[in-house]
Amino acid sequence: MPALAKYMLRRLAQLLPVALIIVLCSYMLLRMAPGDMVDVMAGESGSATPEYMAQLREQFDLNAPGYVLFGRYLNNLAHLDLGYSFRNNMQVAELIAQRVPATLTLMLVAVVIAAVLGISLGAVSARYRGRWLDEVISTLSTIGFATPVFWVGLLLIVVFSINLRWLPSAGMQTIGGVDGFWPSLLDRLRYMALPALSLSFFYLSIYVRMTRSAMLEVYGLDYVRTARAKGISELCIAVRHVLRNALLPLVTITGLQLGSLMGGSIVVETVFSWPGLGRLAFDAVFQRDINLLLGIFLCSSFLVILMNLLVDLLYAMLDPRIEIRS
Amino acid sequence: MSSALPRRMVAVIPFAAALVFSAYVPTTNAAQTVLNAIVQPEPVALNSAFNTNFPNGVVANNVYEGLVSYDENMQPKPSLAESWDIAKDGLSITFHLRHGVKWHDGKPFTAEDVKYSALEIWKKVHPRGRTTFAALEDVLTPDQYTAVFKLKQPSLVILSSINANEAQILPAHLYADTDVLQNPHNIDPVGTGPFKFVKWVRGQYIELQRNPDYWEAGKPKVDKLVFRVIPDASSRSAALETGEVLYSPYDSVPFSDVERLSQNPELVVAKRGYESSAAYVFLEFNLRNPILANVKVRQAIDHAIDKQALIDVVWYGLGKPATGPIPSSLKNFYTTDGVPQYAFDTAQADKLLDEAGYPRKTDGIRFTLHIDYQPFHEGFKNQSEFIRQSLKKVGIDVQVRTQDLATFIRRVYNDYDFDINTGRWVPMMDPQIGGLRQYSSASITPGVPWSNASRYSNPEMDKVISALQGEVNPARRRDDFHQFQRIAQRDLPVIPLFEQQNFTVYSKRLQGVSVEPDGALSSLKDISIAP
Repeated sequence: MPALAKYMLRRLAQLLPVALIIVLCSYMLLRMAPGDMVDVMAGESGSATPEYMAQLREQFDLNAPGYVLFGRYLNNLAHLDLGYSFRNNMQVAELIAQRVPATLTLMLVAVVIAAVLGISLGAVSARYRGRWLDEVISTLSTIGFATPVFWVGLLLIVVFSINLRWLPSAGMQTIGGVDGFWPSLLDRLRYMALPALSLSFFYLSIYVRMTRSAMLEVYGLDYVRTARAKGISELCIAVRHVLRNALLPLVTITGLQLGSLMGGSIVVETVFSWPGLGRLAFDAVFQRDINLLLGIFLCSSFLVILMNLLVDLLYAMLDPRIEIRS
Repeated sequence: MSSALPRRMVAVIPFAAALVFSAYVPTTNAAQTVLNAIVQPEPVALNSAFNTNFPNGVVANNVYEGLVSYDENMQPKPSLAESWDIAKDGLSITFHLRHGVKWHDGKPFTAEDVKYSALEIWKKVHPRGRTTFAALEDVLTPDQYTAVFKLKQPSLVILSSINANEAQILPAHLYADTDVLQNPHNIDPVGTGPFKFVKWVRGQYIELQRNPDYWEAGKPKVDKLVFRVIPDASSRSAALETGEVLYSPYDSVPFSDVERLSQNPELVVAKRGYESSAAYVFLEFNLRNPILANVKVRQAIDHAIDKQALIDVVWYGLGKPATGPIPSSLKNFYTTDGVPQYAFDTAQADKLLDEAGYPRKTDGIRFTLHIDYQPFHEGFKNQSEFIRQSLKKVGIDVQVRTQDLATFIRRVYNDYDFDINTGRWVPMMDPQIGGLRQYSSASITPGVPWSNASRYSNPEMDKVISALQGEVNPARRRDDFHQFQRIAQRDLPVIPLFEQQNFTVYSKRLQGVSVEPDGALSSLKDISIAP
């Protein structure tokens, strides 16, 4: 499909200027923030001498004017080098690579839970519109939407970790790991259960409400009446004729969420000690670790742009009326 | 057509599974005793060579050691040095080093390591080493097991600064002729200590393992030591309550949880182990502000604050009122004799403010000040609010400003754009290390955090400070410190509000938790776990 290939190429080419603008803006914002990494390090150390601070600034290359430093940064980028984090004593690329799997896993699991549960509940709600089941689901989803994620997280910890002692409260796996494939998978799922649930809780309510309203709209269309007249079962109508046609807005939402989940999980990552990108970025801001933060921004923007591209492709797949043109 | 969608979704499953296992690690033997501890916040390097952030020390002091450690009376006792003698003129200290100690990579530990650490680390890249070891001129190594510190002038502070936390001995064979700040061993430490470094999974945990060749027989007592990183304070309480974690130093749970955790039959809330790093909470005034330059105003502010209420309301009772800039746990230096005190008395405060020439205006307000607090702890924010309310009663309007650490440091220590600065300071075991800077005019150094920000400068004070720095006679030096406290409280550039009580939370199953004055910052080699 040459049209598709061309389209993909064009979208990928758009990545570069977008990423460049993101890097430039975040660099300028960071340079405007008062203080630098040396202030932070000396501050934490509890004491310092002027010689110590001058030496560190020299070593960390903080003395040159901003545009020179930015030029150097771009030059490094052109050589696929994200730079060194003096704060963490590590290459930025290595630091990010360590965190990406954790963030992606949590994000995907949470979105899948939210989408599957949310769409099912929304469908049920639309099917039994106005009856008690619909009322219950609508009320619960309103509560879910209104409850702060960190609070849900802490509540889940209190119930499942402290009182019932069923699930661990912090971390991503048993330290040192567990032997065997299945026990290890189980171990990871146990650690992931609470953070993924808290993260999906908020998004779930959006899915419920979106599915419900989209399906109700479709239920009123003529072809649904035709389907009923043909004698097709209600379940079949709901799933095949109504839900499928109500999916498009949900795909849009999912695409947007996948992007925002990258940042939105900082809270959950903090509450559950999940070692993801959000926390790394959050810490980097306070530590004025510009190299690291720019690296994270770059990676996240790539991820978001790729997700958007995927969503666009998915549109075409779900709705044959949408064409991809280069 | 309609069944195609689920099949596409199924295709995602192996992808997700691959992600789940991307960090899969096979395990080791499970029959080992493991001590799970908390370190908060996550360290930034696994030594204290160039960043003396306390989390670095909490972990690294299990891997690295100092020449000495300190007993309950804060006197040095052997560690890497077995004994030491001070020359009669005070101009040299000879350390006799322990024989047969090996670095974790098998290389022998020698006087060369001491020489390298002292001259290249402490005196060059350590944040305060240049000051503490200012008198240290050279280190001679007549043989492998002898290190002689040559001093320009006598300096008693050195013997109080050579434990694992203040002056780590790093391996010369891995650090010499390298760029210390970028040395890969900063995150992969090779020490002489009771535990060997295994791995650091960023954002999750740091794993250490028993050093079987450790010089002290029978130690350490646990096979594995794991420091976990749990960024949320309530989650740290939860981890202690569930028993996932057994040891947690440095106030790592919310103060509001301390009472509940003390009631927990499985936990101990201990207050020992912080005497050498005892902190006091202060208000520092910017004397560039003409209002605050008036000592009567500063005295009035001191009178206007009920310190005990501040401790009880904001700090859940974890502290006691301070009498001056030296905490009472530093018994060798502390005094109240002749040290001016300003008891809580709002009438006196009002009177002093009137005398200073700032009567209440029609709205009851005399003048407005800003307060900036160290953004390390939510307690300081609450404390600033408490001070705002206290000073409101005597007609001073206080506005609280919030900012992150880097902004705070630039504002207070570089731009001097503040009125009142509040937070905590740690004078350390010998207050010459950290307790004099705020009062010495030599420390008015723009851009340097925790230096003299008030611009307080008094030749009488400077004379006392320089006298005690070069004093060889401990008794005369103590008198100098007493005089320091009297002048500080008379001139009042800083109000020491109260002595903060740090605490450790640990499981009752632990035995041998250190009660030494630097216990919270020393290795966990004495701890064993009851079943």
